[in-house]
Amino acid sequence: MDEIIKIENVSKIYKTGTTKVEAVRKLNLSVKKGEFIAIMGPSGSGKSTSMNLIGSLDLPTEGKIFLDGKDISHLNESALSQIRGKKIGFIFQQFNLIPNLTAKENVALPMLFQGISSKKREKRASELLKMLGLKERMNSYPNQLSGGEQQRVAIARALANDPEVILADEPTGNLDSKNGKIVLDFLKSLNKKGKTIILVTHDQNLAKYAEKIFWLRDGKIEKVTSNKK
Amino acid sequence: MILDYLILSFKNLKRRGVRSWLTLLGIFIGITLVVSLVSLGNSLQLAVMSQFGVSSTQVITVQAGGVGYTPPGSGVVKYLTSEDAREIEKLDLVEVAIPRNIETVKLQFNRKTRLVAAASIPEGEKRKYIYQLLDLTAEKGRLLEKEDSKKIILGYNFFDKDKNGFDKKIVPGKSVLINGRKFKVVGIIEKKGSFILDNVICVGDDDLKELAGYGDEVDLIVVKVKDKDLMNKAKDEIENLLRKRRDVKKGEEDFTVQTPQSLLETVNKVLGGVNVFVIILASISIVVGAIGIANTMTTSILERKREIGIMKAIGARNKDIFLQFFIEAGILGLIGGVFGAIAGTILGYFGAMELNKLMNIFARPEISFSLLFLAIMSSFFIGSIAGVIPAMRAAKQNPVECLRG
Ligand SMILES: Nc1ncnc2c1ncn2[C@@H]1O[C@H](COP(=O)(O)OP(=O)(O)OP(=O)(O)O)[C@@H](O)[C@H]1O
Ligand SMILES: [Mg+2]
Repeated sequence: MDEIIKIENVSKIYKTGTTKVEAVRKLNLSVKKGEFIAIMGPSGSGKSTSMNLIGSLDLPTEGKIFLDGKDISHLNESALSQIRGKKIGFIFQQFNLIPNLTAKENVALPMLFQGISSKKREKRASELLKMLGLKERMNSYPNQLSGGEQQRVAIARALANDPEVILADEPTGNLDSKNGKIVLDFLKSLNKKGKTIILVTHDQNLAKYAEKIFWLRDGKIEKVTSNKK
Repeated sequence: MILDYLILSFKNLKRRGVRSWLTLLGIFIGITLVVSLVSLGNSLQLAVMSQFGVSSTQVITVQAGGVGYTPPGSGVVKYLTSEDAREIEKLDLVEVAIPRNIETVKLQFNRKTRLVAAASIPEGEKRKYIYQLLDLTAEKGRLLEKEDSKKIILGYNFFDKDKNGFDKKIVPGKSVLINGRKFKVVGIIEKKGSFILDNVICVGDDDLKELAGYGDEVDLIVVKVKDKDLMNKAKDEIENLLRKRRDVKKGEEDFTVQTPQSLLETVNKVLGGVNVFVIILASISIVVGAIGIANTMTTSILERKREIGIMKAIGARNKDIFLQFFIEAGILGLIGGVFGAIAGTILGYFGAMELNKLMNIFARPEISFSLLFLAIMSSFFIGSIAGVIPAMRAAKQNPVECLRG
């Protein structure tokens, strides 16, 4: 199987004034197409930083990052945005919907940035929201939706451009267990359809959904475990 | 694509608080000033033009004396003559040249006497031309016809007993005394809104010559040019001719040849002084407005940092973020401009009305759609210019930092 993501000796150093924080150090990690992996570790261990690097939202201080075989660590911002919008779908803990757009408009937005026609955007956004059981909520604004509904809209948005990889950073952190399970079950079903899923979580129970778990500590991989059925 | 950004921007603007609308005040005031001033200026120009009795764009007026607005024929050393008029008429570009005289005469009616201005109406075939050139029609009765003699027509104000000074309105069919001689009123001229035309009495040339004894002298020659695109050429030709006939050098003319264009220029020169002041005022408000827009846009970057981060995470390029903020600033300006244009039009309208009352003229309020379009477009332009720097800042935000909040 091909590697969709490959991280080679990546370090990320944050400088604030005179202090340096090495959020990620000499990280090596690879994810195959169609895998469901989890990243676990204590707070501050560098999970979100790794996630942002994988998602090309941030550039490494050192090292190389390959997305689908292509080194993205030296691309300019515009090219990164374009790749990110097409190949990666983000799901955040805080849902991060745009407050003044309806559910449907939120889902359609990533497609706008890929230059897709408004008719096609509308159609696909409706289909995705239907698939997530939000047929009745398409024209609601985020503040009119429950947390569970908002996160499902966010999932629909992450799927808008049919990306290869879904990055979910604590997607259930702000949800109750019932809604958390809906989200995870949905991610699992996406994985069954061939999507690569990377899940960041604190929760051992959620990590069970993944085939493989990367344990981070102090910006480094401490161990890798597999969940074999 | 741009349309999509417009829609996004509108959605963002809908959420804005009162504070950001207040920053539009500058653009609003600036555009209001410009629009009201220009439309007022336009109607004032028209009013002034009609004051001088020029309604046709094909008319050139020739007077003796230098440039300036002394009443025709006063203080002139060397008069024009009917011979001059005949020679002007021979020019290729000229359709007709009509000599005219304006005299002060004693008008007696209802046992009262007043001094009034009497204008000559040419004899014969040229009568119909002068009516056409001055755009004269009869409100009551009729105009003077070819064979009429010892008959007159009156400006509209003579029909109004409060305005004519005779305490009784003069209607067609009545007789009046001019310098002691009896004349019959046959018509009242339609109201022109012009101080001159509404207060004048029109007398046939032969009759007026007899009354005032001006002989061959002419106060004013009204020239109709064949083609209105050749006005300036005709003007040059007339000037050449008169320089030769009066034996003066270029630059030392003792006569004035005026086209509606040159009349307008003079009017504009007068209006120009006022314009400069208001334009300075308008520019200041527009600059203040632009700074206001730049300021709210900068504030809104801070307020919408997270949004910027999200948009970048889902694939927005820097230029997409830039465009959105840029267009939003433009729309802010546009909104200020639209309201300013509306307010300016209303202000210009009532301004023209007030002016009419004040100066007893008729300045028709003019709504120029090209002016409104221009004003609104430039307010969009000003807004977006003010938005350039904030939009650039917004575009350069680091997505990770934006998402951390
Ligand atoms: N922009 C930044 N500037 C300075 N330090 C940063 C920045 N981003 C992250 N860090 C630091 O880097 C380290 C790793 O942060 P990161 O957010 O990746 O941790 P995490 O594993 O996601 O933690 P959590 O479970 O609390 O979300 C932390 O010590 C954090 O303080
Ligand atoms: Mg984190």
